[in-house]
Amino acid sequence: MTQPIKLAILAMGGEGGGVLADWIVDMGEHNGYIAQTTSVPGVAQRTGATIYYVELYPAAQATADGGQPILALMPLPGDVDVVLASELMEAGRAVQRGLVTTDRTTLIASTHRVYSIAEKSALGDGRVDSAQLLGHAEAAARRFIRFDMAQAAEASGSVISAVLFGALAGAGVLPFARAQFEDTITRGGVGVQPSLKAFATGFARAQDPLDPATPQPAAMPAPQPRHPAVRALVDRVQQRFEPAAHFVLLEGVRRLIDYQDIDYAALYLDRMAGIAALPAVADTPQLVIETGRHLALWMSYEDTARVAALKTRATRFERVRGEASVKSGQILAINEYMHPRLQEICETLPAGIGRWLMRSSLPRRLVEKLTQHGRVIQTSSVHGYLMLRTVAGMKRWRRSTMRYAEENRRIEAWLACIADTADRNPALAVEVAQCQRLVKGYSDTHTRGTLNYDTLMAALERAGSNLAPATLRELRDAALADEHGNQLRAALARHALA
Amino acid sequence: MAERSFVEEVKKLRLSGGEVFSGEGILAVTKALLESGVSYVAGYQGSPISHLMDVLADAQDILADYGIRFENSASEATAAATLAASVNYPLRGAVTFKATVGTNVASDALANLASGGVVGGALIIVGEDYGEGSSIMQERSHAFAMKSQMWLLDPRPNLPCIVQAVKDGFELSEASHTPVMLQLRIRACHVHGHFIAGDNRRAKFTLQDALQTPQRDVSRIVLPPASFLHEQEKVQDRWPAAVRFIEERQLNEFFSADADDVGIIVQGGCYNTLLRALERLGLADVYGNTRMPLYVMNVAYPLIDSEVLRFCEGKRAVLVVEEGQPNFVEQNLASILRQAGSTTVLHGKDTLPVAGEYTASELLKGARSFGERYGRLQPLPVPPPVRKVFALKEVSAVGVDDGPAPAVLGPLADSVNGRPPGFCTGCPERPIFTAMKLVERELGTHHVSADIGCHLFSILPPFHIGATTMGYGLGTASAAAFGRPDGKRAISVMGDGGFWHNGLTSGIANAVFNRSDNLTIVVDNNYTSATGGQDILSSTALNPTRSTGHEIERAVRGVGVKWVRTLRRTYDVAGMRDLLREALTTKEAGPKVLIAQSECMLNKQRREKPLVRKAIADGKRVVREKFGVDADTCTGDHSCIRLSGCPSLSIKPNPDPLRTDPVATVLDSCVGCGVCGEVSHAAVLCPSFYKAQIVSNPNRWDRMRERVRAAVIGWLQRGDARRREAYAF
Repeated sequence: MTQPIKLAILAMGGEGGGVLADWIVDMGEHNGYIAQTTSVPGVAQRTGATIYYVELYPAAQATADGGQPILALMPLPGDVDVVLASELMEAGRAVQRGLVTTDRTTLIASTHRVYSIAEKSALGDGRVDSAQLLGHAEAAARRFIRFDMAQAAEASGSVISAVLFGALAGAGVLPFARAQFEDTITRGGVGVQPSLKAFATGFARAQDPLDPATPQPAAMPAPQPRHPAVRALVDRVQQRFEPAAHFVLLEGVRRLIDYQDIDYAALYLDRMAGIAALPAVADTPQLVIETGRHLALWMSYEDTARVAALKTRATRFERVRGEASVKSGQILAINEYMHPRLQEICETLPAGIGRWLMRSSLPRRLVEKLTQHGRVIQTSSVHGYLMLRTVAGMKRWRRSTMRYAEENRRIEAWLACIADTADRNPALAVEVAQCQRLVKGYSDTHTRGTLNYDTLMAALERAGSNLAPATLRELRDAALADEHGNQLRAALARHALA
Repeated sequence: MAERSFVEEVKKLRLSGGEVFSGEGILAVTKALLESGVSYVAGYQGSPISHLMDVLADAQDILADYGIRFENSASEATAAATLAASVNYPLRGAVTFKATVGTNVASDALANLASGGVVGGALIIVGEDYGEGSSIMQERSHAFAMKSQMWLLDPRPNLPCIVQAVKDGFELSEASHTPVMLQLRIRACHVHGHFIAGDNRRAKFTLQDALQTPQRDVSRIVLPPASFLHEQEKVQDRWPAAVRFIEERQLNEFFSADADDVGIIVQGGCYNTLLRALERLGLADVYGNTRMPLYVMNVAYPLIDSEVLRFCEGKRAVLVVEEGQPNFVEQNLASILRQAGSTTVLHGKDTLPVAGEYTASELLKGARSFGERYGRLQPLPVPPPVRKVFALKEVSAVGVDDGPAPAVLGPLADSVNGRPPGFCTGCPERPIFTAMKLVERELGTHHVSADIGCHLFSILPPFHIGATTMGYGLGTASAAAFGRPDGKRAISVMGDGGFWHNGLTSGIANAVFNRSDNLTIVVDNNYTSATGGQDILSSTALNPTRSTGHEIERAVRGVGVKWVRTLRRTYDVAGMRDLLREALTTKEAGPKVLIAQSECMLNKQRREKPLVRKAIADGKRVVREKFGVDADTCTGDHSCIRLSGCPSLSIKPNPDPLRTDPVATVLDSCVGCGVCGEVSHAAVLCPSFYKAQIVSNPNRWDRMRERVRAAVIGWLQRGDARRREAYAF
């Protein structure tokens, strides 16, 4: 007996899931089908996930059979022909709810991600693995049509629902011709041209659904230094270090020349040479790579001069133009939100002046008063630009600042700890190197990170060679799990390291 | 102005007899009201019946044509009390609200109304917010119908049945002098379908007629001895009259009643889902022709004993499908069958889940279990227990363990996160809670009593603020016990919607009278945003049919609050933080009220977007603002996200080859509300945020300044780039 065609649409608020459902109903009703749709909106309209459900039944069949079909108001798991998901995690949700089954369901989903609040608010990297979602979707569906529809929508100046509608047509799972789909969009009368364009993209991609393979990181072009001193550094990396470490070390050199100067990059390689000479490296080449990565990051710590340098570059102005989609004929102004406090100012000044200012009474209070509120600096104005450029220029006395001395002390201690640990347990040394990841950000965030780092180093010292690499990793993950340090405290207590 | 405009839908209300109405279930109800000749309609908005109120608001000229009075009631209690117009006069009236929260609020009026009874048809349309997507406690309207002895209709969820239920409801109400509730579940409210329209009707007896010749009848008033009389009337006259009407009009339906010696009794609202389950089991076809006898109760209360006994006669067993608990219907059926000495076995919650929504899969399972038990279905073969077999595989030599790892699929649940609702992009309420987080850092945590409304999203990530929520407008009241003048102050949050609904009296005035020392934050965004952006007393919009512009601050001062502050730009995070600190530390006794005022961004954008588009097209100078994050200075800690939770503030892979943590990024949907910048200032976050101002149609001064800037800055930048280039490789 003829069965209704059953479609479920999973979308988030504001993505046009309702429009898509209405299009399908309208297309059905104009082409000889009895159509029904319903949804459960409610609070879901504010960023939550919504399921729209549509059923279509041929009217001619109903007339011939002399009946009116009883259509359902919610999908029955295992009884859905087409599932449309506007985003990859929503596709995963459809699978989780049992709406996607290998015997019949065509799953049409966008592969882009709209990150959940849990993913976004993690202190480090809280993203779920898209490969897992893709794997489950692939395993659950009879046919899985997927591509980045957000990109397709943007390229055609339209919305995802139009691309999904196109992909639905292209999949060929509904008894309607392309023209019938397109007529539906035209009948809707809103944003018809962009929608049709997005529809066409979706249609084409669904017929050739292979997502272009994720672009492999382009093989690093052979470095071609022009400056003799730079060439010497590059040669040093290439001749004295294992090839596996070249990428990271060259990036490190590049970064530190940009951050300070040639000598600073040379210091980086000096330090790395010390690590590369450790006997443990023979069995654990990872140690050079991880230390190289984190040493470069630590040596290029973010201070006021660095931020100002990055903010005033031409490349950065261009990037903002792109991000703000500035069209020709429009004028762009860039405003920075800065909040340098007494501490940051003292850190940037030559150590002597910085210390004096920290300890002084009236000047200190004056600066504190001046820095009570954040400042908005318009980098795109001549005045603001010159101000930031001047701050950027302060890097020339960076080596004499309080902050530099402090960071160097910490770096040296960290390197010594790595070397020391590597003798006993190379794997643990790799974990120690990665602990630098905790120290990041500015002001309170930086203070918190540094505190966590110190806590871990203290735990390491206390446990000595008894600490397993996995335990240190666990502590590091715990430190990144919440802002208040609750999980770290619990983990320390669990391992009797508190 | 409501979130959605129904100008198109309203035209459907003018359809006349024979034309086809096509649209949402809840809109069909509005048409049915017109066809029933109502004289007045009132209600309080809320999912899933907000659209009903919004359509009526947009249809006031049509309502005027038919002499219908339409009220946006102050609360559900107001709405229910409005039905008093039908007590003495043959006036048909309908009210609507969300159940069961609305039924709770309205229950005083409903109970009094049901006691005295009505002359004109009185219909209470409740949007039953039960099951998936529900935002309220899981209770049912059924209990209210039973306790006050009102009749409850639960029609099959298709448009013709829903429309017929409205019309039957008025007649049933008049025939039995009893108010009638019409319950519509969420999916039924939003279902798209068709019905053949009838002609709209104008009431013969009008509101003016009533006012010209007022009637009173002391026996209709709830006072002894009349109230004792009402109790007897209910059982001796009204109930039997209702039963007679329901029987004669055959409001309940029998399908293939004699086809088998087992059968299913189902409430109308669950019919479609049950039918799908039976069809999948091969017991029915897609048109509803069933081999399994069905008794469909489109009237959920009262039960009709004669029909039940007729259906059960000669049946070995029946299954009752009754969603939610307690199982009122099942108990009622049991007593009917028992008293009649019936031997029919009754199944219900023994076969179906005791609690929770009856989804398609639950009904499939229940119907299968029932069918198997009575031999109507072949039991599914039980799959033989799967023994784990460890195949002998070639393994590499011991100690060599570094082959490529197989792609292992982990549990899907690990990869699918919840998507709790949050504040919209640019929402003016978000910075209030950001400021609360900042004050928390200084003064420690406080007890926070939350309320119903968008601001309730603050209890969810990333804010985690709010300990209880006791009901709409009850934020302040639910901190009453903590109002003592020593120790830390409790903080209450209340929306402008809740404030006018009852919070002014139940919360603020109560706090004044009881000398409470607590702080109440009134979130005033100019609309009842959570229910779809309807206007209220303090709305600033010019509404041609309603009186707006009544300030909350004046009302608060009017009931005697001395410490009142109004912040007119909630995006000012530092200002908000300072006011909060002051409110929590001031020596002044008595309740503190902080009114946080900024327009709902959804409504603002809806109003302003078309204007901006037009201005740009007309060549006018327009400045658009958008925030952004510099990926090279962002270190991937995401403090900003934890203090904001804006949908437009997201993450992206780190472009830095040495870093792995994703960096923050601002999506194109940013409306430039400014909170990102304010937060990074107030919380001293990081210097990564920038605000881009994009000037369309720049004027001569803009262009001249831009030329100077490009010349100076460009020259310097080119020089810097050259110097860097020398060291590049």
